[in-house]
Amino acid sequence: MVLGINDPWIWGAYIGCILVTLLCVIYGILNWNKGGEDEEGQVKEEVKWHKKEKEMEEDELGLWDEHDA
Amino acid sequence: MNELLMLSIIVIIYLFLTGYVGYVAWRRTKTADDYMVAGRETHPFIMALSYGATFISTAAIVGFGGVSGVYGMGLLWLTFLNILVGIFIAFVFFGKRTRKMGHNLGALTFPEFLSKRFDSKFIQYFSGLVIFLGMTLYASVVLIGMARFAETTLSIDYSVALIVLAVIVALYVIFGGIRGVMYTDALQGSIMFIGMFILLVATYWMLGGVEHANQALTNLVNIVPADATAKATATGFTGWTSMPALGSPFWWTLVSTLILGVGIGVLSQPQLVVRFMTVKSNRELNRAVLVGGIFILLMTGTAFIVGALSNLYFFDTAGKLAIQVVNGNADKIIPAFITAAMPLWFAYIFMITLLSAAMSTLSAQIHTQGTALGRDIYETLTKKTGGAASVYIARLGIAIAMIIAVIMGFILPPNIIAVGTSMWFSITAAAFLSMYVFALFWKGCTKAGAISGLVVGTFLSFFWLILEFQKSAEALGIVKALTGSAVLVPSLPWPTVDPIIISLPIAFVVTVVVSLLTKKPSKEHMEQCFNGVGK
Repeated sequence: MVLGINDPWIWGAYIGCILVTLLCVIYGILNWNKGGEDEEGQVKEEVKWHKKEKEMEEDELGLWDEHDA
Repeated sequence: MNELLMLSIIVIIYLFLTGYVGYVAWRRTKTADDYMVAGRETHPFIMALSYGATFISTAAIVGFGGVSGVYGMGLLWLTFLNILVGIFIAFVFFGKRTRKMGHNLGALTFPEFLSKRFDSKFIQYFSGLVIFLGMTLYASVVLIGMARFAETTLSIDYSVALIVLAVIVALYVIFGGIRGVMYTDALQGSIMFIGMFILLVATYWMLGGVEHANQALTNLVNIVPADATAKATATGFTGWTSMPALGSPFWWTLVSTLILGVGIGVLSQPQLVVRFMTVKSNRELNRAVLVGGIFILLMTGTAFIVGALSNLYFFDTAGKLAIQVVNGNADKIIPAFITAAMPLWFAYIFMITLLSAAMSTLSAQIHTQGTALGRDIYETLTKKTGGAASVYIARLGIAIAMIIAVIMGFILPPNIIAVGTSMWFSITAAAFLSMYVFALFWKGCTKAGAISGLVVGTFLSFFWLILEFQKSAEALGIVKALTGSAVLVPSLPWPTVDPIIISLPIAFVVTVVVSLLTKKPSKEHMEQCFNGVGK
């Protein structure tokens, strides 16, 4: 007997409701800040790309300078 | 008389608050995107409460709560599925994909989403038509329930209540669009949350705690005279804390209609699906899972537990079972328990809770109907699309939907509420679920496959509802007029098997088979649909 109920099909449902709510709560907490705005991700990707390109340019320029020297 | 005055003042304050929130929503609504998907930037708390409050109508609290007063806590399986399927699976697996794909395709309604995914205009107006017609019945039964409630508690004439409530809801939906619907939903959802929380705690506290009360309810079946439960026992009843006998008529009703029909049918409810398209990113959905899970547990969990426990209270105080106290009308068990066992102030809060539950469901229904008529049917057929005209036509659609609901409120018979609700869930699940699942998860599903599943599912469920399913076939009376018997095949269990059991698997099979036999969609289109989906 669980929580004053004999039939496992009923206390199973009772406990199941609480467990599945806990699942929602835990999922919500663990993923609270995950999956933020798509645009934000896209902007970050673009910034990263620009940075990389700049680095590459600088590297090349740097190499060029060395050659020049 | 003083009590009635006080209650009227509380109701007026509540309606004033609702009106104010609707007004704020109207001020923030400028474009068609605003009007149909709230500019895709809804706060997760508002989204979750709006989803929950739309999901849970008065029928779920009072109607199904009363059912658990008769048959007991087996209904908690419905709560279990409501949370697992209706919240967790719906948000995490369906919601995220729907949001992204809906955004990729620029869809503003559920039929538009399906139509753009499968590149078929037919899907859009056929689905729009199924929604507009099917929801007419569902919206009018919610309106009827609301007016009946105002009639009994506020002593207002039924016709006056019907029209006044319809006008209030219509106003904030027509002007505020989905923002009006969702903001008022969030207010109403908060009231429902508080009301049901107090009810659960107070009931268990009054009956001596969780374990003590459940134990007493378990023992009750051995104490009451056998003739008091004879009618229920004949259809499968075994006690309030045990499952009905396997294969009995009540077992079939519990498992097929309540648990599967309502529990799984929720996934393809157009008025709920559209809410996934109102948030900006997956983060909002992740947060909404938390709020939504707790909300649904408190709504249906409380209703089913309190409904069952009311037997204990009535047996202790009046020596009768709940169903005997209300003279056989299960719909009155919850209201009767609250009037008898709870203080007056709580009875008032509970009335506002019920009014909130009804208004939040009704507002979403007529908004969905309005956009179905305006955007999905009218615009698709006339090829006039977009801009201010789109909102204007949706507003007109909402007004038409509400007028039809009011007219049906005067025509429909009194015992239609529960039947109307389950009919709607069966039809939408059969029509849309297979196509919707494959739209999100199977790139191989073709336009022809989706259309065949939609058409077969829709017509099969209509035929089963009209010809074979006892509850609806009896209420409609068509088979009786033609053959003299209430249903086409009277041998058990067929008349108690919900249409969803028949039509949903067939619709799935048809969709798969036709898809395998027909031409696959173009790669470019699939790339557009699935861009960023599932990440």
